[in-house]
Amino acid sequence: MMLSILDIIVLLLIGLAVVGFIAASAMFLIWWERKVSAHIQSRLGPMRVGWHGVLQSIADAVKLLLKENIIPAGADKLVWWLAPFFAVVPSVMVFVAIPFGKNLIVKDLNVGILYIMAVSSVCVLGIFMAGWGSNNKYSLLGGMRSAAQIISYELPLILSMIIVAMHAGSLSMQKIVAAQSGYWYILHPTMTLAFVVYMIAATAEVNRVPFDIPEAESELVAGFHTEYSGMKFAMFFVGEYTNVFLISAIATTLFLGGWHGPILPPALWFLIKTYGIVTVLMWVRWTFPRVRVDQLMGFAWKVLTPVSFLNLAVTGWLLLK
Amino acid sequence: MRPDEISGIIRTKFPQVTEEAGTNHLIAAKESLLEVAQYLRNPPLALDNLHCITAIDRKEKMELVYTLYSIVERHGVTLKVCLTPQDLNVASLAALWKSANWLEREVYDLFGITFSGHPDLRRILNPYDWKGYPLRKDYSDPQLIAKPRL
Amino acid sequence: MDTQQTKDIYTEEFLMNMGPQHPSTHGVLSLELKLDGEFIRECTPHIGYLHRSMEKIAENRTYTQFIPFTDRLDYVASMNNNLAYVMAVEKLLNLELPERAKYIRIIVAELNRVASHLVAVGTFAQDLGAFATPLFYCFREREKIIDIFDQICGNRLTYNYIRIGGVQFDLPAGVDEKVKEFVKYMRPKVDDYDRLLTYNTIFLARSKDIGVLPREMAINYSVTGPSLRGSGVKWDLRKDEPYLAYDKFEFDVPVGENGDAWDRYKVRVEEMRQSLRIVEQAINTLPEGDPTVRVGRVIKPPPSEVYCRTENPRGELGFYVVSDGSVYPYRLKIRSPSFSNLAVVPELVKGLKVADIVCVLGSFDIVLGEIDR
Repeated sequence: MMLSILDIIVLLLIGLAVVGFIAASAMFLIWWERKVSAHIQSRLGPMRVGWHGVLQSIADAVKLLLKENIIPAGADKLVWWLAPFFAVVPSVMVFVAIPFGKNLIVKDLNVGILYIMAVSSVCVLGIFMAGWGSNNKYSLLGGMRSAAQIISYELPLILSMIIVAMHAGSLSMQKIVAAQSGYWYILHPTMTLAFVVYMIAATAEVNRVPFDIPEAESELVAGFHTEYSGMKFAMFFVGEYTNVFLISAIATTLFLGGWHGPILPPALWFLIKTYGIVTVLMWVRWTFPRVRVDQLMGFAWKVLTPVSFLNLAVTGWLLLK
Repeated sequence: MRPDEISGIIRTKFPQVTEEAGTNHLIAAKESLLEVAQYLRNPPLALDNLHCITAIDRKEKMELVYTLYSIVERHGVTLKVCLTPQDLNVASLAALWKSANWLEREVYDLFGITFSGHPDLRRILNPYDWKGYPLRKDYSDPQLIAKPRL
Repeated sequence: MDTQQTKDIYTEEFLMNMGPQHPSTHGVLSLELKLDGEFIRECTPHIGYLHRSMEKIAENRTYTQFIPFTDRLDYVASMNNNLAYVMAVEKLLNLELPERAKYIRIIVAELNRVASHLVAVGTFAQDLGAFATPLFYCFREREKIIDIFDQICGNRLTYNYIRIGGVQFDLPAGVDEKVKEFVKYMRPKVDDYDRLLTYNTIFLARSKDIGVLPREMAINYSVTGPSLRGSGVKWDLRKDEPYLAYDKFEFDVPVGENGDAWDRYKVRVEEMRQSLRIVEQAINTLPEGDPTVRVGRVIKPPPSEVYCRTENPRGELGFYVVSDGSVYPYRLKIRSPSFSNLAVVPELVKGLKVADIVCVLGSFDIVLGEIDR
């Protein structure tokens, strides 16, 4: 089917809107994280640039743009240069299937969940390429750990999402939200368990504490992004916050009723719920220590995966009754 | 046990060990050091902790000082060995007390006393290719600071 | 590098340097690690990056002029270093101290012990990944102690307060209220740390049964301080060979059971509580009088030798002072606790993973200033 000029322009505008939202959201999230962490640690956080430091992210972005671009000696140039793209672009692509409001979705794919899972799995390639291409033993360790971690936690993640799809009878994101117009899915017992499993697995997928081993700062200096400076580092950073927003958005859609809510406009409800989960994730980050690699893997394979399979079986049996 | 009791027991067993004038420090000959140390480690004295090894450069001789104490029996003793400047070599106690490993390396680094039988005798505080032994009294470094005014 | 072939898989050990600059090595310490994947096959520490030849300098400074140097040994617990050195010189001179001096010395030494353990606890939690939150809480408490010290002697980190014959100045007015207030404020905070960290599942999983130091090995390697007490040996110089006026105060000596990293951490948290007890008793029964005894400007001890050791927050700090009758010491040997404690770490980390070496190193709480002197 040939696209007319108008269609192309509309698509470009929508793309720009999505990318603009991501940029703004990442900047907001960076500021929000610094404020939340500061208040948990009984200090104030950024206070000078703008009202209570709101414009701090812009100042940081300008600083990162002006930094020198250092390529480590002996680095595998193409792999090293491509790694940030592989880390960020898949996250941006997933935004196509997120329902922000009643009709605010770029494209309501009828294989929404499958698309999300498939595309977001490409992120691990970015981390691994960064680890390998840097010609640095710390980065290599970080990259290898990350690959092991993300692959292990994919399984519980997918299984929890499948449980939701089974209840809703569809893989499309808008249909899942529509199916929660009566009550939120989290209130259902098997779904509460699925929600818990999802949150744990998702935290591991995006390398947040307590699972931030790939960038375990106290052991590996900075893990896989040790050798990146300037805008490339900013891309990893923005990618991380975009991922955090993404998993919260998916959790909101699948378990917390999406954009349903009284009085306020649906898009606002969606944002409130998403940022609520993001804040909880940040709270967890600044409270707990980090798990060790073998404990992490043991937990994924020996606890989360069997629990998810059991949950799946129980859900299936309940639905068939 | 009190220090003079310990000193008495050791001197009865090893007649060539003498006591330093005015204190209860024992002075052993360097040939019998390993034997005396082994005896000190076993019960009844049970000196299971070698706390500190240091050396004092007395110009005409070099004194090695070992500070031992016992956590079980709650007593301690100080053992000295005198070495002549021509023969700065003594048996290593690293097999009996593991703490001697690093302490002897430090004495080697700063004074140049070699310990035969030490598993890994290299410098520890100075760089590995440093020349000279800094804490000897004749160590003349042109950058050595003169004594400040009182 | 060793190579080993298992069936058709070809693996190699690789050498990683946790180099002198690293966020978790508590100073400039270089650890050369031979890794087999995540497992550590061998660990060789390289020290001496902070060697300032203090022992040689001591032979060219008078006894009083050397006191500021002792501050810089274990710069986290300066008062305790001053105390050990000054006690050694006072033994040489056979000096009898007034009671008030002893009590003041005990108060500042124990407050410094609390401050030092706060640093140890905070950095240990940070090394395990509880990024920055426990550290900020511990340093918030430490600020209060440092404020008190600032009021007493004018310095925040290197105090130079305990002098031969007593202390530098008497306690200024208002300090005893501040100390009493601080003790009241600090007690619930120590319970806070227990609630936040000590029984947290992840914290336990990271530190329990890691770096187990058996009792016999600890004694043989001459490990001292909380690291020794974590292995079950009830040895504390303040109780077993009391100095100053410690025999007048009531306090317990916490002891661990297994000798793993968690036990050493727990001993430190408990010791903070006991130190607060001692400070409270001392400040309530502070005797009146002059806290210093005149020793004259020129200190010339008779020719003799003495070895004096005290219980530092990290272990037993010992000074072996040899005097030959002149104003300069003939030989001054500093026996530092972290030096002997570090010697045992390479033995303990064999077979552990990279993440654990940071945990073990943090649990021994070393300070490079006193290792390298």
